Amino acid sequence: MALALSGTVDRVDAEPEEEAQRLATEARDRVRFEEDALALSDQVYRVARHLANSREDAEELVQETYARAFRSWRQFTPGTNLRAWLLRILTNLNIDRGRRQQRAPQMTPLEANDYFLYDRLAENGDGVSDEQRVVERLSQDDIVSALSAVPHDFRDVVVLVDLGDFSYADAAQILDIPVGTVMSRLHRGRRILKSELAEAATEEET
Amino acid sequence: MKDPCAHCEEMMQPYLDHVLTDEEMAEAEAHLADCELCRRRYRFEQSLRVYVRKAASEEQMTVELRQKLSALRIPLE
Repeated sequence: MALALSGTVDRVDAEPEEEAQRLATEARDRVRFEEDALALSDQVYRVARHLANSREDAEELVQETYARAFRSWRQFTPGTNLRAWLLRILTNLNIDRGRRQQRAPQMTPLEANDYFLYDRLAENGDGVSDEQRVVERLSQDDIVSALSAVPHDFRDVVVLVDLGDFSYADAAQILDIPVGTVMSRLHRGRRILKSELAEAATEEET
Repeated sequence: MKDPCAHCEEMMQPYLDHVLTDEEMAEAEAHLADCELCRRRYRFEQSLRVYVRKAASEEQMTVELRQKLSALRIPLE
């Protein structure tokens, strides 16, 4: 019996040790998670800046996102896409807080083809048709304000795919919409963006 | 008159997104090889994407925000 008893004692002794070990591992995982998340903050901010309507909104949104991420870090599955996970939190917060100005989706017919911006810029370009140079007729301000004029449902997709480099599938998961919807919103969103840019370019000429 | 480049135009976005099938890709390439105007339009679209991304990335996160984010970390007990 002495043998069995000593075995029991050993096990009782081992438990707090295992617990301490577990806590240490968890603390290490958490610190690592926090560092990985912070290393992505520049990229998260760049996307957030154009999902939100202003710099102030974007800064608030990023802070709320990180506060929430640090609290619920256990829900992140290591080895999966952390940047997508952070942006899913961020887009949900953006929607929940009712920050989006609920503009009715733009249903006015868009230009008949996808080439009109180039055609417009090239035809007014004093004979300059080099594609690089034509694009440079748009200012940074033109682009930032044209982006902010795209209604949210479309802008979210354009920003995630074209600025954030997310795949259609990642964008679908972040926004919780089907991939087909990502594709149609992306297509329409890019057209709306170009129509806003064409407008900006036309205004500058007059 | 029907625009002979209309089909090529439909393929532009998926082409630049690299989501065309091999067959569609070959079709687009064949048209582009023969059509200077579509080539320019594709090149413009590609330049526009790069340019928009660059313009949209110029505003960097502030040092203050970076510090605030670090301060949100949960301290070790």
